[in-house]
Amino acid sequence: MTYLLQGDTGDWEVVIGLEVHAQVISNSKLFSGAATEFGGDPNAQVSFVDAGFPGMLPVINGVCVEQAVRTGLGLKARINLTSVFARKNYFYADLPQGYQISQYELPIVGEGELIIDLADGTSRAIGIERLHLEQDAGKSMHDQHPTKSYIDLNRSGVALMEIVSKPDLRSPEEAGAYIAKLRSILRYLGTCDGNMQEGSLRCDANVSVRPKGSTELRTRCEIKNVNSIRFVQQAIEYEARRHIEVYESGGTIDQETRLFDSAKVETRSMRSKEHAHDYRYFPDPDLLPLVLDPAMVETIRASLPELPDERKERYIKDFGLNSYDAGILVAEKANAAFFEAVAKGRDAKQAANWIMGDFFAALNATGRTIDDPPVTAAALGELLDLIKDGTLSGRLAKDVFALMVETGKGPAVLVEEKGLKQVTDTGAIEAAIDAVMAANPDKVAEVKAGKDKLIGWFVGQVMKSTGGKANPAMLNELLAKKFKG
Amino acid sequence: MSALENLTIAEAGRRLAKGDFTAVELTEAHVARMARFRHLNAYITETPEAAIAAAKASDERRRQGQAGGLEGIPLGIKDLFCTEGVQTTAASRILEGFKPQYESTVTQRLKAAGAVSLGKLNLDEFAMGSSNTTSAFGPVENPWKRKSAPATKLVPGGSSGGSAAAVAARIAMGATGTDTGGSIRQPASFCGIVGIKPTYGRCSRWGIVAFASSLDQAGPMARTVEDCALMLNAMAGHDAKDSTSAPIAVPDFARALTGDIRGLKVGIPAEYRPAGLSDEVAKVWDQGIEWLKAAGAIPVEISLPTTKYALPTYYIIAPAECSSNLARYDGVRFGLRVPGQTLDDMYRKTRAAGFGREVRRRILIGTYVLSAGYYDAYYAKAQKVRRLIADDFANAFKTVDVILTPTAPTPAFAQGENTDDPVTMWLNDVFTIPTSMAGLPGLSLPAGLSSDGLPLGLQLIGRPFDEETLFRVAGVMETAADFKALPEGV
Repeated sequence: MTYLLQGDTGDWEVVIGLEVHAQVISNSKLFSGAATEFGGDPNAQVSFVDAGFPGMLPVINGVCVEQAVRTGLGLKARINLTSVFARKNYFYADLPQGYQISQYELPIVGEGELIIDLADGTSRAIGIERLHLEQDAGKSMHDQHPTKSYIDLNRSGVALMEIVSKPDLRSPEEAGAYIAKLRSILRYLGTCDGNMQEGSLRCDANVSVRPKGSTELRTRCEIKNVNSIRFVQQAIEYEARRHIEVYESGGTIDQETRLFDSAKVETRSMRSKEHAHDYRYFPDPDLLPLVLDPAMVETIRASLPELPDERKERYIKDFGLNSYDAGILVAEKANAAFFEAVAKGRDAKQAANWIMGDFFAALNATGRTIDDPPVTAAALGELLDLIKDGTLSGRLAKDVFALMVETGKGPAVLVEEKGLKQVTDTGAIEAAIDAVMAANPDKVAEVKAGKDKLIGWFVGQVMKSTGGKANPAMLNELLAKKFKG
Repeated sequence: MSALENLTIAEAGRRLAKGDFTAVELTEAHVARMARFRHLNAYITETPEAAIAAAKASDERRRQGQAGGLEGIPLGIKDLFCTEGVQTTAASRILEGFKPQYESTVTQRLKAAGAVSLGKLNLDEFAMGSSNTTSAFGPVENPWKRKSAPATKLVPGGSSGGSAAAVAARIAMGATGTDTGGSIRQPASFCGIVGIKPTYGRCSRWGIVAFASSLDQAGPMARTVEDCALMLNAMAGHDAKDSTSAPIAVPDFARALTGDIRGLKVGIPAEYRPAGLSDEVAKVWDQGIEWLKAAGAIPVEISLPTTKYALPTYYIIAPAECSSNLARYDGVRFGLRVPGQTLDDMYRKTRAAGFGREVRRRILIGTYVLSAGYYDAYYAKAQKVRRLIADDFANAFKTVDVILTPTAPTPAFAQGENTDDPVTMWLNDVFTIPTSMAGLPGLSLPAGLSSDGLPLGLQLIGRPFDEETLFRVAGVMETAADFKALPEGV
């Protein structure tokens, strides 16, 4: 399913590469001991190193290095046992040192791969170019004072992993799938919380277009700091259409950095050429080359958790789930854990259906999260057990589930309290059938004359009269017997 | 010569221990003398009250039997070391009034050893200079005078000019210096004192205002080899806060002064005797070789063929690093701020007003050599040459144990000389820069006087982390030189 944009001169293909900045989960910053927690008072989590004071020196945080290695391994990427930190020099008020410590020529992680899952059930491998560690800058606030900008350095020096894809993505959908999968992997690995609202996952998109069938790579534009998957997709589509328009009207695209305006759904030029940055990268003389012990890398490799792709395969193979359902369940580690807790020793497909149906709906409706669910995995499991042992019909179970969400009580208690137990007493069901038949002799005659479809009407009537508690299988069987007998 | 200020650190230490006088008395003597020599402009910030208070505390520690290695010794601190609560300027307008809330590792260690700080010593702005004339707080005057022109003010060398002048004038028993391309050794030579730039990584750089991070190294400056050894004992050692500090044990350097250098091979590099080398300097060097021979060492002619490339590559690497290191002086968080219409305007005005000419020159050179399109031709190539320079030394040290060279091509020159062309000024460091580029330890000690009565130093260069051999050889040479001359009025 190729995504093509129609222009006046023909179809155009979009070429996209993504640079994702993922904030490393660590207690302290990349090169200082200051805390990294989100939401602190402005400038409360700043060391003299982060503030670029005279004579201060960076010291690498080993935890951040391990997290980068873990992420690299999770992306099936090459780990570079020697990498080098470089300074990226530019002046800005929220960049206290006047340079960002990053990695340039020798990143800690080299080429890798990420599998994206698309809505049509297909999957595709997207190349990872590199992953490097770098410092975040502080935050500038320009709207707090009429003539001054306020600077919060809490974020200054926080460790980021910049994960750069190859220009392998071909549509906004693929870009969205890439971010979603990357986020999922990072969360499984515990290396980034993936929170796009808080800015712990930020994305820059490199976009270019080319005529369908061409293999050239045309000039790209970089769209900075787009903070939701939807915005990334909108930005790509807008930018691609802009390129096509420019090309088709005989113009050329300048390589530049652009900003996405989510209110207007458009991109616009961020820096003019006169302000083009020459970052003057050079190896940071305050830091020695980062040399990893291969044994450390192997220890991390051995401790990697099962990742979403592998887990999905297992769900398909062991639980007989289809690719789509498996994909949804594994995307969030917590959802997968919930599913596995419910499915354990039970019908996995049924568990999957319940979770993706009523359970997810209940999460949405209550605004609660998987970590604080309205119905626990144990309670949902109990409910499935009540279906299995015949205590509840599927329909009754839905009612019980709704009550569970509402009251927080367990299914057994609710069945008891509300008398929702399914009627499996043949005598009682027969009596109910007899009553309905006696009251509707004309309909009985019609069925007997061959109008089998009306049996369904009788099922409905009996269910109604029993308050939905009649065991559906028994009811069907008895009705058939009555009409045939 | 009976005054307390004329004692060596070693002797003062012994007599303090005996109770001949107190740290307060020793400090007060220095404080009084500092006023007398204020015209040298050696100190940017004098801290007499704090010094006396520290001396009292020192005497108290001694009473309680807790004397450290430098207990009660009054020292001057180069104003490149951040000192908690005491203005730290790097001799730059841009840091005027800056009082750090932290203490550099080296000065903290000196404090912990019981040393008393008399104040912050003048230097070339951001340690960029060889004459201590680029300081925003005015030039430092060398206490030494030419016999032929005693009224002419001479430079003390740089960048640790305040340190060298203070030690020579006895207004500090010793001082901290920093050396990036010769900033300890050249002023030591100009002022007739001993100074050692230890191996890169021997002393922590944490809390020292950075000039060129891959070259900067702190070291002691004092009047004797032993005093330098005692100071370095306190200053050196691994520091987890500096990633480039070496996790190597610190020996007792003072114990290295055995006086025995029999059989030691001393390299004499041909490249340090260029065609134009002054006879005076050559003579002192030859004299040094004779002293070593007499003590049983073996001079060996060696070649360090890349020597001539050291100065030009240094003037690529050091400015490159400084252009980045000095980016933080932007008026946003500390030091000088000159308001502007926009952020860029504020940067421009602040940095234009805050930095002197030499600093601006080096920032511009450094920015240029790191620019896209020039990086490979300059910075990358300079790094390769730097490697070759280090290889030269490594090869030489396969056959010799130590290398002897002049410290500087000339004795101290007059204020105002060598200022027309920055390159002439830069040539002062031609003998010291190769050592810095290779990260090796280098020691300068006074070896004689010029015909005009000015001190001339000789430089000893050692293997990485072999400061002990430098101290041992320097000790022997010191005895042989018997350098007793004093600057005028001292």
